[in-house]
Amino acid sequence: MAMIEFKNVEKYYGDFHALKNINLEIEEGKTVVLIGPSGSGKSTLIRTINGLEQIQAGDLTVYGENIAKKKSDMNILRKNVGMVFQHFNLYANKTVLENIMLAPRIVLKRDEKENREIAEKLLEMVGLSDKGNSYPDMLSGGQEQRVAIARSLAMKPKVLLFDEPTSALDPEMIGDVLEVMKKIARDSDMTMVVVTHEMGFAKQVADQVIFMAEGAIIEKSPAKEFFENPKEERAKQFLSQVLNH
Amino acid sequence: MINILTTHWSDFVHGFGITLLASIIALIISMILGTGFAILEVLPNKFVNLVARIYIEIFRNIPLLVVTMFFYVVVTQFIKMNGLVAGTIGLSLYTSAFIAETVRAGILSVDKGQMEGARANGLTYWQAMRIIILPQAFKIVIPPLGNQFINLVKNSSILAFVAGFDLMYQGNEIASTTFDTIDTYILVGVFYLIITLPLSYYMRYLEHKLA
Ligand SMILES: Nc1ncnc2c1ncn2[C@@H]1O[C@H](COP(=O)(O)OP(=O)(O)O)[C@@H](O)[C@H]1O
Ligand SMILES: [Mg+2]
Repeated sequence: MAMIEFKNVEKYYGDFHALKNINLEIEEGKTVVLIGPSGSGKSTLIRTINGLEQIQAGDLTVYGENIAKKKSDMNILRKNVGMVFQHFNLYANKTVLENIMLAPRIVLKRDEKENREIAEKLLEMVGLSDKGNSYPDMLSGGQEQRVAIARSLAMKPKVLLFDEPTSALDPEMIGDVLEVMKKIARDSDMTMVVVTHEMGFAKQVADQVIFMAEGAIIEKSPAKEFFENPKEERAKQFLSQVLNH
Repeated sequence: MINILTTHWSDFVHGFGITLLASIIALIISMILGTGFAILEVLPNKFVNLVARIYIEIFRNIPLLVVTMFFYVVVTQFIKMNGLVAGTIGLSLYTSAFIAETVRAGILSVDKGQMEGARANGLTYWQAMRIIILPQAFKIVIPPLGNQFINLVKNSSILAFVAGFDLMYQGNEIASTTFDTIDTYILVGVFYLIITLPLSYYMRYLEHKLA
């Protein structure tokens, strides 16, 4: 069974047609990388998966729940789907540990002792054990992003969405964040959907690459195939642009 | 001056107590109403936004004296209330409109990513509002809120117009019986300062502590 399934999905911002007839299946445990030029609808697509953007037509099934239906409960959906943003979006008024422990405490009602243990283990995993009592504004961008990843993981989601997680980072910070993401991709059975311009990361860990342009999926291929032998002309062009940079 | 203070000590203290009481009650009510209407204004619901907008514009743009007189003269014909109650209600509603505008500005100045991060993290809109957005919003608007609180205390002198027995009312009474207007009103001013100065310093302290 597919973990995420788009069927003829259409998305409009007012009159603007942002997603055009999207059909896509993402299998459980897979890592899918979404690429394409700026404005092609990557963020829009990924944000429909956790209901941050509503779709206007078609069906979108996430973990067995059709979230296109009016009545579907976004709060239950979001327990199963975590998201990491370009600008981290850590809670500015909470410490690092509180950032990680807040949602498990009030949404999952996780026991406080267990909650702290899990949070500390996750901080260790992202290499920030000594930052638990810091506030986000005391961290570097790379550290903030690793905390954001830990915060998402603390909810033990089935699906983890990444929207350009390294685009706002200084070059020397990018490696640490990508390392954490690779670790998750390899060591867990999490389904990951990643919007990124990091082609090295895509080559190494993606099972599938999806290329978008102007709101439509132009090509979807297994990663190796996509990089070695892209089928569509626009994908070729795009690849030559990003790879020659 | 000392003479007036000692002979009318109990009147001053009584007025001071009423002013303090009315101010505290109005502050609590206006904070609750103001925060509530601020949230209604930013809620993703056009109708609710409009209702909040109308409330705020009405109470922000009509003089406090008119609002208070409305309760004291008109509303009392249907619901019995004395001047103190009518004045405190008028003061609360009037101030709440300004607090709503202030808090709304605070909410809007919190990065939109905070709400998105919280929603994506599994929090409901209200949990995100209460735990993440409002604390940050209040922190930002402590200085203008402090101004509103001080205005509220000073505006409580409206009670004098509706026989509210507050500090200003007592001052008027004392001045008209002793004819020593200068000393009386200086003393009245000093009593107001006893409330507003500590309030002002407390808000500054909060601003620095939370910065
Ligand atoms: N909230 C919005 N309202 C109107 N248009 C939007 C909104 N968000 C995105 N768009 C438009 O939708 C298109 C796709 O945007 P986006 O999904 O952010 O692209 P990408 O992430 O690939 O750069 C762009 O043309 C953008 O201007
Ligand atoms: Mg984007």
